[in-house]
Amino acid sequence: MSDEIIIIDNLHKYFGSIEAVKAVNLQVKRGEVVVIVGPSGSGKSTVLRCINHLEVPTSGAVYIDGVHLEDKQTDINKVRAEVGMVFQQFNLFPHLTVLENVTIAQRKVRKRSKEEAEQIGMEQLRHVGIPEKASAYPRQLSGGQQQRVAIARALAMQPKIMLFDEPTSALDPEMIKEVLDVMLQLAEEGMTMVVVTHEMGFARAAARRVVFMDNGQVVEIDTPQVLFDRPQHGRTKLFLSKILKH
Amino acid sequence: MTGPEIQATPDSSWQNSWREFPWWLVAIFVFLALMGILIIRNPAYNDAFKFIFPGIQVTLYTTITAFAIALVLGLLAGLGRISRNTAVRNIAITYIEFIRGVPTLVLIFTVAFVLVPPISGALGVDNRVVSPNTRAIIALAVIYGAFLAEIFRAGIESISKGQMEAARSLGMTYTQSMRYIILPQAIRNISPALGNDFIAMLKDSSLVSVLAVRDITQLARLHAGSTFRFRESYLVLTFLYLAMTIILSLLLRWYEQRIGKDRG
Ligand SMILES: Nc1ncnc2c1ncn2[C@@H]1O[C@H](COP(=O)(O)OP(=O)(O)O)[C@@H](O)[C@H]1O
Ligand SMILES: [Mg+2]
Repeated sequence: MSDEIIIIDNLHKYFGSIEAVKAVNLQVKRGEVVVIVGPSGSGKSTVLRCINHLEVPTSGAVYIDGVHLEDKQTDINKVRAEVGMVFQQFNLFPHLTVLENVTIAQRKVRKRSKEEAEQIGMEQLRHVGIPEKASAYPRQLSGGQQQRVAIARALAMQPKIMLFDEPTSALDPEMIKEVLDVMLQLAEEGMTMVVVTHEMGFARAAARRVVFMDNGQVVEIDTPQVLFDRPQHGRTKLFLSKILKH
Repeated sequence: MTGPEIQATPDSSWQNSWREFPWWLVAIFVFLALMGILIIRNPAYNDAFKFIFPGIQVTLYTTITAFAIALVLGLLAGLGRISRNTAVRNIAITYIEFIRGVPTLVLIFTVAFVLVPPISGALGVDNRVVSPNTRAIIALAVIYGAFLAEIFRAGIESISKGQMEAARSLGMTYTQSMRYIILPQAIRNISPALGNDFIAMLKDSSLVSVLAVRDITQLARLHAGSTFRFRESYLVLTFLYLAMTIILSLLLRWYEQRIGKDRG
């Protein structure tokens, strides 16, 4: 088993004539936390979505635990079961209760029994700190609670990798911390995570490496200390000076 | 000049409820009640009613069966309509546009006499033993399947893309995601529209009388033709359709309000 659980090899992605991602290479080790930062439209989400094949690369390759996603023989659903994803807009299933949200995929994909799925689901709801909301519907929850349920939903599949696409960007400021705390805890537990976020505090505390993307390209990859405090590239400096003003 | 509605008189709320009151519903119920009295008291209306009313069974059976089949056809065609497979999508669009481009009455003839023979042939059934009722049901189902397909398509497209992405990112297949995540939400959203089409179909079922199906319309025509009691026959027929559709639309409104509250 290779140490690199995610390998992105010369990834290109076009949307029509827009080149959203240009020649991106990135490798993530088992248990590593990588944060991706960069201006809006720089291709962060597209790279992340190529990791679970929600976007199909125009060229290049993505390997998850040695499995080549673009290979026609690959059962993509099997790979996705091992790669959890958390979205900016939560995307909880509004017609299902919280417990059903965290059990449906376990039952249909992992083929677990109702009892087993509910037991694991409750475990994960405790993990994110809201077991008491199991029978509520998503609309009855605050944004922060919804996002924590979304994390529990992904974790209930017992994935090897977790992807986060701006998980706190849609939240009111007072709810950001409760979600970041759950993510920090996950990182400490050794989960492999790729996180698109502008939360510098989280990046400094959890990330081994930070990737700066601009204009579809990876400009710079380094430790949070170096990338945030002594960036090597002008574009990184410019970006950091802009977001630090806010 | 200020209109009377601008004056803040103490009885303005009373005036308001007076204006908002569903007088149209009262008018319809008065008509239905008067018809009810006529049917009970007047022998000519009573005869017409006794002759026509048994056709209700055929009308309802035809409508309900055809609607159930149309739901399946509509779901399949609606899913086909948004399929990424070019062949599937174009077959679905052809079906939908073909049906939408031809009048319902003409389609009833075409389906019953042109489409049904090869289908029954393919199924190994002698075309001549296919009853007019069965032809009528197939015709209505095929026609409404195309209408319902557009409702299903709109319903599925009204669900945000994030729902499908979340389901797929958990490893669910396209079919599983549709079945457990998208369709339950879509069907809830479109249930009022489906209800409206059920009412429309109940009315359009009168057209199958052209196939000599003994529904209430056909019986009214027969009664009128044999007794020359045109007014009685067609007023009773009107009464029956109106009674059914008004009850159904009131149920539908009540249901819509209930799911509206649920969402609130
Ligand atoms: N589905 C899509 N269709 C067309 N263009 C897209 C699509 N998704 C992203 N893009 C474009 O690709 C570029 C990169 O987008 P994205 O990866 O979402 O950037 P980021 O997440 O860094 O804001 C942008 O120019 C965006 O408009
Ligand atoms: Mg993005």
